[in-house]
Order: sequence, then C-alpha cells, then structure tokens
Amino acid sequence: MYSIIRSIWLTFLHAFHKRETVLYPEEKPYLPPRYRGRIILSRDPDGKERCVACNLCAAACPVDCISLQSAEDDDGRRYPEFFRINFSRCIFCGFCEEACPTYAIQLIPDFEMGEYNRQNMVYEKEHLLIDGQGKYHGYNYYRQAGVDMGVKGKGEGENEEPPVDIKSLLT
Amino acid sequence: MKNIVPGGRMIKIEINGKYYEVKAEKNLLEVSLSLGINIPHFCYHAALGSVGACRLCAVKKYRNASDTKGRLIMSCMEPVTEGLILRTEESDVIKFRAAVLESLMINHPHDCPVCDEGGECHLQDMTVMTGHNYRSYNFKKRTYTNQNLGPFIHHEMNRCIQCYRCVRFYKEYAGGKDFDVFASHDHVYFGRHEDGILDSEFSGNLVEVCPTGVFTDKTLKSHFTRKWDLTNAPSVCVHCSVGCNTIAGERYGILRRIMSRYNGSVNGYFLCDRGRFGYEFVNHENRLKKVKIRLSKNENPVVAENDQLQVSLNSALSDNKRIIGIGSPRASLEANYALMNLVGTENFYHGISKSDYELTKTALHILQNGPAHSPSLKEIENADVVFILGEDLTQTAPMIALAVRQAARNIPLQAGEKTGIPRWHDAAQRDRTQDIKSPIFVANPYQTKLDELSREPYHASINEIAKLGFAVAAQINDNATSVKDVDTRQYMLASEIAVALKNAKNPVIISGIHCGNKEMLHAAANIAFALEALQIKSSLCLVVPESNSMGLGMIGGKSLEDAYRRIEQGEADTLVILENDLYRRAEKEIVDEVFQKCKHVIVLDHLMNDTASKADILIPVGSFAESEGTIVSNEGRAQRYYKVFPSEKSVPESWRMIGEMIKIVRDQIDHPWKNFDQVAKEMGDDIPEFSVIHQKMPGNGFRILNEKITRQPLRFSGRTANSAHIAVNEPKLPQDHDSPLAFSMEGSNEVPPSSLVPFYWTPGWNSAQSINFYLDEPNGSMKGGDPGIRLIEANKNAKVSFFEPDITDIEQKPGEFWIIPVYRIFGSEELSSKAKAVAERIPEPYVLMNEKDIAGSDKNENGSANINISGKEIFVKIKIDPDIPLGIAGLTVNLPGMPFLNLPCSGKIKFASGNSNNQKPGRP
Ligand code: SF4
Ligand code: SF4
Ligand code: SF4
Ligand code: SF4
Ligand code: FES
Repeated sequence: MYSIIRSIWLTFLHAFHKRETVLYPEEKPYLPPRYRGRIILSRDPDGKERCVACNLCAAACPVDCISLQSAEDDDGRRYPEFFRINFSRCIFCGFCEEACPTYAIQLIPDFEMGEYNRQNMVYEKEHLLIDGQGKYHGYNYYRQAGVDMGVKGKGEGENEEPPVDIKSLLT
Repeated sequence: MKNIVPGGRMIKIEINGKYYEVKAEKNLLEVSLSLGINIPHFCYHAALGSVGACRLCAVKKYRNASDTKGRLIMSCMEPVTEGLILRTEESDVIKFRAAVLESLMINHPHDCPVCDEGGECHLQDMTVMTGHNYRSYNFKKRTYTNQNLGPFIHHEMNRCIQCYRCVRFYKEYAGGKDFDVFASHDHVYFGRHEDGILDSEFSGNLVEVCPTGVFTDKTLKSHFTRKWDLTNAPSVCVHCSVGCNTIAGERYGILRRIMSRYNGSVNGYFLCDRGRFGYEFVNHENRLKKVKIRLSKNENPVVAENDQLQVSLNSALSDNKRIIGIGSPRASLEANYALMNLVGTENFYHGISKSDYELTKTALHILQNGPAHSPSLKEIENADVVFILGEDLTQTAPMIALAVRQAARNIPLQAGEKTGIPRWHDAAQRDRTQDIKSPIFVANPYQTKLDELSREPYHASINEIAKLGFAVAAQINDNATSVKDVDTRQYMLASEIAVALKNAKNPVIISGIHCGNKEMLHAAANIAFALEALQIKSSLCLVVPESNSMGLGMIGGKSLEDAYRRIEQGEADTLVILENDLYRRAEKEIVDEVFQKCKHVIVLDHLMNDTASKADILIPVGSFAESEGTIVSNEGRAQRYYKVFPSEKSVPESWRMIGEMIKIVRDQIDHPWKNFDQVAKEMGDDIPEFSVIHQKMPGNGFRILNEKITRQPLRFSGRTANSAHIAVNEPKLPQDHDSPLAFSMEGSNEVPPSSLVPFYWTPGWNSAQSINFYLDEPNGSMKGGDPGIRLIEANKNAKVSFFEPDITDIEQKPGEFWIIPVYRIFGSEELSSKAKAVAERIPEPYVLMNEKDIAGSDKNENGSANINISGKEIFVKIKIDPDIPLGIAGLTVNLPGMPFLNLPCSGKIKFASGNSNNQKPGRP
C-alpha cells in the first residue's frame, strides 16, 4: 500500500521536473564528438585523401555495406577509385573506423540521413569525402609507411634510416 | 646421422602427449605439418627443403621419457628418431619464437595497408601465431631502394625478413642466373645486380615463395583486390599442354589473378610465368561481348538486335544445309564434342594444320598402344636419367623444363642420402653436390636453356637428332633397327646415352611435335620401347602444342586440310568454327578462299581475331573463366576447370551455344543438354574413352553435408554494396547449375575433394602456406588423391614392335636455308600473347643463325634479314646461335604480326644492309 502511494507521489513530482524531451527538429540535442553517426572520409594534413584503399573497413563491416576498389596515381599512391557505403544497411557499429589504419574513415555526430527513396541511401566517394581531417589531426599515414608513393622518398619517413648502400663493404 | 632410415620406414614418436607413427626420412617440422600441428616457420618450404635460417620453427625435443630437461631445437633441421618426445607449446618455446619474430620485425615497415601481401601474408600470420603484439624497439628502421624487375613482379625490399627463400627458389630450384643476395650483415639485399627484367620463366613463383610482400604480382597490382575479396574457382592453365592447376580469382567482373593450385602429380606449388600472367586476355578490350551479324557478304557486320541471331542461325543451319564444323585444341572436350554432335562425326574437323594433326595422332598412337608409360610431371622430377630430343622445353612446356631441372639433382641427392644427409637437408645436400648432376642429355638444333644441365648438348638438324635417337634404341636393344649413316660422334654419344639409360631406375625420354618431325617421335618411342623390352620401366613424355591438343586428338575427326578440300569442292554451305583462328593454322590465301566459298561462316570465340573478323555470324563465348570444361594434358590427364564468375547472358559457354544451334538443326524445342553434366555424360556415352571423366568427376549434384562449395572466402566483403549503385535492393545471387560450386560465401566450410578446391585457407594460415594442410604431407599428394583422371595408360601387354627408321632427306633447295620453327614462351601462344604484361615480354621476331652463315655477308649480330619462304617475305632481326648447324635457320613462329608459315621448309634469306629502322620487323 505504502509503495503504491509512494509511486504515485513520485510520478506526480515529475510534473514539476525539467523536461528531457526536446522539440526536435527545432531544438537539437548535444551529441558528443565520438557519437557514431554518418560516416565520412577525411583528408590528411596535406589535404590529400587519407584512404589508401586497404579494404580493412570493408572486411570489418559486419553487414558488408562498404565496397571499394583501389587504384594508384602516377606516383604510385594508393587511393580508392570508388568508395561506396550502402547506408540503408549500415548499423553504425563503428567497426570500420576501428579497423582503419589511416584514420580515413570516421563516424561523426550526424544522424539526419532520412530519405524518401532508399536508393539515395547509397553514398559514393563524392558524398563521403570531406575537406578536413575530422576527429584525428596531424596523422599522415604515408609518412609512417616504408613505401615511396610520392609523399616522401625512401628513408625519409619518420623513424627511418637513409637507404642502405648495398655496394659498400661492411658498413 | 645414423638415424636416417631411407625407404619409408615408420617410426613412433610422441608430440604434445599423443603418439604418432611417422615416416623415418622426414624432419620434425614436416611431420608436424602433415599431422596438422601448427609450427610457425619461414625459411622451410616443402619444395625447397630446410636450411635453418630463420630460427622460427623452434620446438622442445626430449630424447626419450627419461629426458627431463629437453632441448630447444629447430624442428626443420631435426630428423625424427625413435621414441622422441616433442613439445611445441612450452612456455620457453613460445617466448623464443616471439623473440625471433620481434627481432625480424624491428626493421619491418608500417606497410600492411598498402602492401599487396596483406591478408595473405605469411609474416602477418606468423606475427599473430607467435603473439608478438607491441614494438619495443624504438630506433630507426633500415630502408632500401627498390628495383624495377619488369612487367611481372613488383619489388618492395623494405619488407624482407631475410629468409632466403627467394634466392633458393630462383637460383637453385629454377636455375635463374640474374638474381641473388647482395651485401652483408643486416644489409642483405635480394634482387638483381641492377634494375631490369627478371629473366627466369618462373619468376612469378617469387610471389608465392616469398613469405612477405617483397615480391608481389604486378598485374594484380594494376587492379588490386585482397585475397578475401576474390571469387575463386579451381581452374586449369590453358596456355600449353602441361595442364598445370590454377586458382583463378575475380572481382567486379574482372579476372584479377592466377595463383598456383597444388597438384602433387603435376605442377606442385609452382607455375610458369606464361600460366600465371597470361590470364589478362580475359579482360582484353577486344573481348567479344555482343553477337555480330553480316547481313550480306561485303558488308560490315552489325550488332544483332532482338531475334536477329535466331533468324540468321535459322537460315544458316536449317533446311538440310551442309554444315562443316571445325574444332579447336584450345577449346574444351565438351565444346568440341558439342560441335561434333551438331555437325556429325564425318563433318567434324580438327582445327589444326595437317602436320600438327598427324603428329598428334602419332604421339597418341605411341602412348596408347605402346608399352611406354606417359609420365606425370612428378615422375619426370623423380627421373634419374633424362634424354630430351628436339624440344626446347623451357619455351614450349615450361613446367616440364622445371621438372627436368629437379631430375638433374636426383643422382647427387641419392648419393647424399647414402652418406647420411637427408634429402630435406638442403644446404648440406647442395654443398655436397656442387656441380654433380644426374645424366641429362639434350639434343636440339639450337641452344636451349636446359643445355646447361647436359654435359655435352648435341646440336644438329632434326633428322640427325632422329638418327641419334634410332642409334640409341639400337644400342639398347638389337631388335630396334638403327640407321645406316651414323657418324662417329653420334655413335659415341648414342653409346653413352644407351649405357646411362640402361643403368637408370627411372629413365625418362622427352620429345614432342613442335619441330614437326614424325621420325623423331618414332626414334623417341623406339628408345622407350627398347628399355621396356629389357624390363626397364621407362617413361615417354611427348609434348603437344596446346592445352587440349591431346583431348582433341582423342575425339574422332579429320584434319583441317580435308575440310578445306571439301569446301573447295563446294560440298559445304555453312562453316562453324569453334574458338579457333584459322589464320594461325594455314596460309592466308587458303583461308581467305575457304571463307569466300562458304555461304555462312559462324564463328564462336572470345577475342577478336582475323578469323572472327571474317565471320558472317560472330558469337561471343565464355573463356576458361566464364565456362566449365575438361581438357586433356600431354600426360593424358583429363582435368576440369570451372566458371570463376557467371558469364554475361550475351556471352554463353560454347557448349551451351552449340546446343542452341542443335535445336535449330534438329528442329526441336528443348536444349539437348540441361546442364554441363549432361553434355559430359553424353560425351562419355558416345566416346567410351571419356566415359570415366563423367563417372569420376564430382557432378553438379555433389554436396558436402547438403551444401555447395563456396567460391568466396568467409571474409568476402561488400555483399550489400557491390551493386548498390545500380539498385539498392540486393539481387538474387547468381546460381550455378553446372557445378557443385556456389557463387557465394555461404556453403560448406569443409575441405572439398581435391579437384574442387577454390582457394586455400586454414585457421591461422591465410597465406599460400595453408596449402600444406590440404596435403597428406608437405610436397606430397592432395588429401584424397591428386586432381585429374589419366586417360592414357601404357599398353603393357603390347608386343614391343619398333618403328622402322624412315628418314627422308630435307628438301632444302640449293642456295636456300632450311628454316625451322623456334617457339617462345611469351608470344608463340595465342591467348597469353593478348595479356598486357605478357605482351611486354614478347620479343621482336628474329632468326637464329650460325655466325659462319652470315660471315660471308658483312652483317653482324645486330643485323636483320629478309626471309623469303615460297614468295612470302618477312623482315626479322638476326640472332647469333653459335651451335645451330650451318645452313639451318631458326625462325620465331606465331609471334603477333607474323604470318602463318608452314615450317620447317626451305627458304631464302637476304641480309638487309645496315640497321634499317624504317622497316618494322615481322611485316612483309
Ligand atoms: S580502412 Fe581506412 S584506409 Fe582502409 S579502405 Fe577503409 S577507409 Fe580506406
Ligand atoms: S609483408 Fe606482410 S606484414 Fe609486411 S607490410 Fe606486407 S602484409 Fe604487412
Ligand atoms: S625477399 Fe622474401 S623470400 Fe627473399 S629473403 Fe626476403 S622475405 Fe625471404
Ligand atoms: S607450363 Fe604450361 S600449363 Fe603450366 S603454367 Fe606454364 S603455360 Fe600453363
Ligand atoms: S623454418 Fe626452421 S629455421 Fe626457418
């Protein structure tokens, strides 16, 4: 008996609490930067596409909604020839971001992606690629890697010795 | 090393608490891998043996039950001994391996995302397996510059872990000369002495042999796809008669790469470069995609609309039209059979020149009716004496050349084993061997790469080689007739060869039809028969030109010339040509006339070529990648390839398209065959030799636990996005009613029968090393037996009847040269020469000549010559061959741009003055 009255009383008190419900869409809720919403592809500090088309995000994706093809520019730099996400399948799990070795693919705090036509949920690279670095600043994969793909020469990357002279004796 | 017991004795040992019986002559790593026990390793490769270089295969060995301390040993360097106890997972072993891996990784670049090896990297697998996670070495990484190694192989030297597999394969196993290890200590470098094209015909195997991404497939790189994203099918190489097994992988409708598919009896772990890189013809821009119809003669063909094909076929095939069918040695048995079914046996012709036709028939006759065994590649590898007559194997059947190179090691290996060095102990064996080789005898008009195996290569005309062959046979067995005018050198050499062959345990005689001489085949057969008559088990390997030459030879039918004769006499209205470019088989004028005489020319093919451009009805059909089919190798092994990806509707399989034509001819409603199995079965019913194929190959109803075999690996990605740009609703997966394989990642995960393995994968092993878990033992046979069904067996009851030598003098006209064909691995085969990377390796047409023959004129090695063969002139470069006999010139054949020439024959050679650059070689 007591508990019933207590519940009624507590419920009644809620009438005077501050409202949690917001009047979306006039009023937008705060979403933390690490909120997992719409997926973007970012650029490195030099303004070049970060994605190196390694296919790890596609492999990690549990619903297999990422599809891409790698290509190389004249310097041999790898980039995705096309990069497609079928958002009508995406479950925003963030596995792709976790798998990405270059910080290219990132989930951002935007979920307003509703469409009347499901076909419009298919995003190509031009819809995904943004102009900035997204959440992670300063990282340029090609400076860490050993390959020479137009960003730095052999042995000029971070933590690298100059190339070995194989014709020298014992040095 | 008293413990080595040769000859398959079994020994009891204990591994991780379980008892096993293992082969005495193996090492601990080999036995563990064959038992399915994971031991990390790098430098050990089953085909190359052990050298103990990487130190990763550490395990703990206890001598017996009373040994409590045990010893940390390298499992690849340790023979099995009675009663030993092996622990592969003790903590000090695990720590040791992790430390080895960490030290190998201190210089390893941060490359995986852009490394083509990623996802099938032996180093990645080993890193995970040994549990090395975090880098504690904070100093700088060593770097190297790369080399440009040509169109096949990409080089990224930073990724090397110094396992030495590459040099061991390239130099020691495949006999390459232009690759080595350079520099010292932690600066060792694997590559060429300078940038340049890798010269070996087997360089592509570096991709699979190297456990890291140092050597990767450059053709794959141009349309890169990870292993896990490929849709694969078990396939068979279609670029020569050896029939190596391959895995072909596709994504987004493009064939991406060829990898070797293990077949212990055929190619083992390896492929030649023509087989590995020739696949790109499937993606060629000249692939036929639409039916084209010529509405009236002298008009250009147009793309057929709606039912135009049906209408044209109706008028070409119905109403008792007299139809002639021309089959092809590069089309499958089933496609050829379907055509024969359409036109009737008496109207079916083999699409090969008369000489090829007769020689193939002769080869078949020798192998089917004679007492000599047709050896598999493995058996050639195990030979102790080899005699090669008139085949330049490296160019015409490359993997046989690789097998002969291994045969050259057998005698020294056996001698080594007698002194207590086991076979797998590679470094010790090679140190002991030095230059010793098994007796290999090479006889060829000009120099070949295999000459280096032979103590005294014999260079003479084909007729002289045939004489030598007959002389050898006569010396082995008196009943074999020799030829009269044998010179002293031939006599001496023949005695030497005869003695070596008689003393051999596994003698192999190799010859072939490329030089176009029947007597040489007879001579080779006589040698093998002579050995058989002495109860010496001998093998006779006869090389034929194309992937299904043997199969076509086994189907009834006549030669191309016979077809031409009938057409010229006006006995045919309609000509149906299956996957064949007749301009490669006969003189242009003849073929032109044949096309003129026929009212309707129907061509089924996959690429635009001269014949296809003459077609009145041109029907695109699937290549090996979009079709299934069975082909018969020169060994007589029938092997089946399967669709890698479903063909477009407008590009049906040949057999299916011919079935449509049969409907018209017989005026019936139903297609004669509902699926591939039905053609195969009917073929077996009609041609009894082939019935075993249908009986033994798993049919389309084959299931494992009720499920089909998946073409796609478990990690296949992008299923819901690959076609989303076309329609967001996922389409139904294409169905395969012709085979037990599914175009899907859903299905059985069990190990399929050996002929149906679409890709290799074992938990923990994503790299090609996972192959070892599909074998009964490393370098052994596939579990359940090697793929393929042997259709040709020696007739052991045959009374040995020798061929009588009948060598006719060549018809060399005075003042002319005798021009013999020279085949090139890159260029002489039709399909592979359309592949982009292979095309880059095709040489300009040239003529091989003896220096003395051109000495009279003032031309040097860089000169060029005009060759005039019965009025046909072509312009080629001159290459000097110091050993080619005087008066004989070797002309490259079938290279793109060269006209058909009926070689060997007599021809005039005029030496062009200077280096005329304005004339393009190969053009008249
Ligand atoms: S994981 Fe990152 S770098 Fe790799 S393909 Fe995806 S987005 Fe590109
Ligand atoms: S070799 Fe293997 S571990 Fe090294 S970068 Fe390539 S994929 Fe990664
Ligand atoms: S290049 Fe590859 S095969 Fe050669 S030593 Fe290095 S890792 Fe081994
Ligand atoms: S040897 Fe012949 S069958 Fe084997 S891979 Fe080379 S071309 Fe293909
Ligand atoms: S595999 Fe045994 S030391 Fe390398």
